[in-house]
Amino acid sequence: MAEINNTKSASSWKFPFRIKIENRVDNPPKWLSPTLSVGAIIIALLIGAIVIWMGGGNPWAAYSHIAKYSLGSVGVLSDTLVKAIPLMLVGLACSIAFRMKLWNIGAEGQFFLGAFGASLVVLLPILPEDAPKWLFIITMAFFGMLFGALWGFIPGLLKARYNVNEIISTLMMNYIAIEWNNYFIYAVWSERGFQMSRMFQRNAWLPRLSDLSTRWPFFSGLTTHFGLVFAVLAAIILWLILSKSKWGYEIRLIGDNPKAAEYAGISIKKNIVLVMMVSGALAGLAGMSEIGGVVHRLQGAISPGYGYTGIIIAWLAKLNPLAVILASILFGALILAGREVQPAGIPTLIQGMIMVTLIASDFFYRNRVTIIRRVED
Amino acid sequence: MKKKTFWLVISLMLIAAFVFTACQPAPEEVGGVQIPDIEDGKFNVAIVMLSNHDDGGWSQAQWEGINYLEENMDGVHTAYLELVAEGADSEQVFRALARKGFDLIFGGSFGYMDSMEVVAEEFPDIGFVHISGYKFNGTNFGNMFGEMEVMKYAAGMIAGSRAKADGATRVGGMATFPIPEEFRLFNAYALGVQETCPDCDVDIRWIFTWHDPIVEREGADSLFDAGSHVVMTGADTPASALAAADREGVYGITYDWVGSCTIDECLTAPYWVWGPVFVRITEEVQAGTYPYMADYFDASTGGVALYGFMDGQELQPGVASLPADDLAKIQAVMDGAAAGEFDRFDVFAGPIVDIDGNIVVPDGEFMTQADIDQFVPGAPGFEATYGMYWWNQNIAADLPDL
Repeated sequence: MAEINNTKSASSWKFPFRIKIENRVDNPPKWLSPTLSVGAIIIALLIGAIVIWMGGGNPWAAYSHIAKYSLGSVGVLSDTLVKAIPLMLVGLACSIAFRMKLWNIGAEGQFFLGAFGASLVVLLPILPEDAPKWLFIITMAFFGMLFGALWGFIPGLLKARYNVNEIISTLMMNYIAIEWNNYFIYAVWSERGFQMSRMFQRNAWLPRLSDLSTRWPFFSGLTTHFGLVFAVLAAIILWLILSKSKWGYEIRLIGDNPKAAEYAGISIKKNIVLVMMVSGALAGLAGMSEIGGVVHRLQGAISPGYGYTGIIIAWLAKLNPLAVILASILFGALILAGREVQPAGIPTLIQGMIMVTLIASDFFYRNRVTIIRRVED
Repeated sequence: MKKKTFWLVISLMLIAAFVFTACQPAPEEVGGVQIPDIEDGKFNVAIVMLSNHDDGGWSQAQWEGINYLEENMDGVHTAYLELVAEGADSEQVFRALARKGFDLIFGGSFGYMDSMEVVAEEFPDIGFVHISGYKFNGTNFGNMFGEMEVMKYAAGMIAGSRAKADGATRVGGMATFPIPEEFRLFNAYALGVQETCPDCDVDIRWIFTWHDPIVEREGADSLFDAGSHVVMTGADTPASALAAADREGVYGITYDWVGSCTIDECLTAPYWVWGPVFVRITEEVQAGTYPYMADYFDASTGGVALYGFMDGQELQPGVASLPADDLAKIQAVMDGAAAGEFDRFDVFAGPIVDIDGNIVVPDGEFMTQADIDQFVPGAPGFEATYGMYWWNQNIAADLPDL
């Protein structure tokens, strides 16, 4: 139990109030967690505002611009969703692993391997060039998830078998994944000497809203793609698994109290491998949806660090799969419109601030903070 | 309970969006922070850049070019967007600028090519000009690049002359990625070295980055360690000159930006002068005459330059002290380039012999633009005969696998 005394001097007079901090023994009220998340965001935005102001900018103008150009019209809302899709999937990938206190920092690498798996379908090729679109979507999603899951399986197995620290192994495997892709971009699928594969043929592209624009002109220029369906479905399924199923209960129990889980006869090792694979598959699906829906070819710059942003998203959503959708849209908006604030860097700073304030806000979740009158002592 | 929270957050976000959009765009450019937007009644031009606007290299040269455009053309408003990743991010950035109503949008990096092509199709009234790519549609999406190889050739003559004068027999080069552009520029450099120092060889190493101060520094150090007397970089930062400054009697050649060659250990910098290029293109777009094809400008347009040799500049000390007849040769190349009498086709005129002794271009033959731009066989309709996948005979490096 900590105490902070607001004493003005060593004299006998004391400030009539003091802050009392004590560990929570009871369950915190349900409203507290979302309130803290929102509070953390607001504080991060305030700090960002100070930085913009000190840089000679007008924070209000900057933020209103961010809001306007991320949510203010159908077109930009669509762009925000496009940004949010990979974030949702990697956010989910991190959420399920973190729920079991399995620190998968490797969503970035699993994302790249997912993109690689999906590219195999087109470039190897696994399917003939003129195969129907629906078959491409299913096959690319399958291979994306398969390769992502494989990239999760390795550190999962190492952790289960040899107790290798998954933070280190997943983080290091990100570098291997990126270089793995680079090998194929540089040496195998290089197009005309440039470090990228050829562009995928149209029937390997995920459908976009703008594809409907010939019939409904309203949709023209809207790039929201089919990956959104994957992401929302994945969120619902994951939510059902985690909150309604026996397996979800096992995962949560292992996370909260591994000893109790062991006594209950739950195989922790099996679940480590399984959860790492599911986590990897989700991140792999993100890679597939980005390749199929946005980039349309395999190249080096397919992720501006989605895998790492997924960590922040999972925390912001308090590991709740449905809340991941909202957190991703918020971050999608921040990345999309924030990028317009020049010089760049301010939006990145705000993202980092949100992460820091979120972690700091955990303090209020674990401790009860009250201001009391000294006479009550 | 949970449902309630979601709706609460959603409504809060919506309210925030409405509140923010309701209040009106006060002037959105204050101090050092700006948000790209159009100005009504003006011709609005934007540039999207890969690196930051003060990177001391490629992007800074573009940023200064866009500022030059705003200062030198009446009724033109400009904006920039920096640090835009290729691939994942760029399509949305270009679409966002197009939606805002910019009239002409420049893309400053190779990897923006696909995105610009897609967005150009959606916004037929907006011009898209891509620096360094190869795609175009003839109506509102074109690509543009310049005759930098002539400047690299002259830089090679300087490097060779410096090495010979100091009794060295090796110069070096840091190439970025094995793409046609880099083969073109470093072959031009090696041909220049061959001109002034027939006994020198050219050590070429790949660094696989356009902008990374640490990797560039390590690359330069490794070249100096292996005996290079002068190191030229194909990347952004002045690392080649900085590495030279920490050693005795060796030199670096920087790239891209006029301000990159400041210390005495820097011999020169081939650099881009985008301002007049942007002005020309903007004028042609306004007049409706810009062809939106492959726009490859000559050195005589002034779009490419060599530090020390331009008006108002002085030769760097390491160049001023070169033998007079070499300097005269170099000056002749620069004068010829300015007058349009010496161009890239003269740089790559036969006979050219590769590292294995094979003849690349026979005596009396010339390369075509398709050869200079691509590897064999080239694009359909723009086929290359010789292509750029070769190393000149004086290069002491293996041809990389593609």
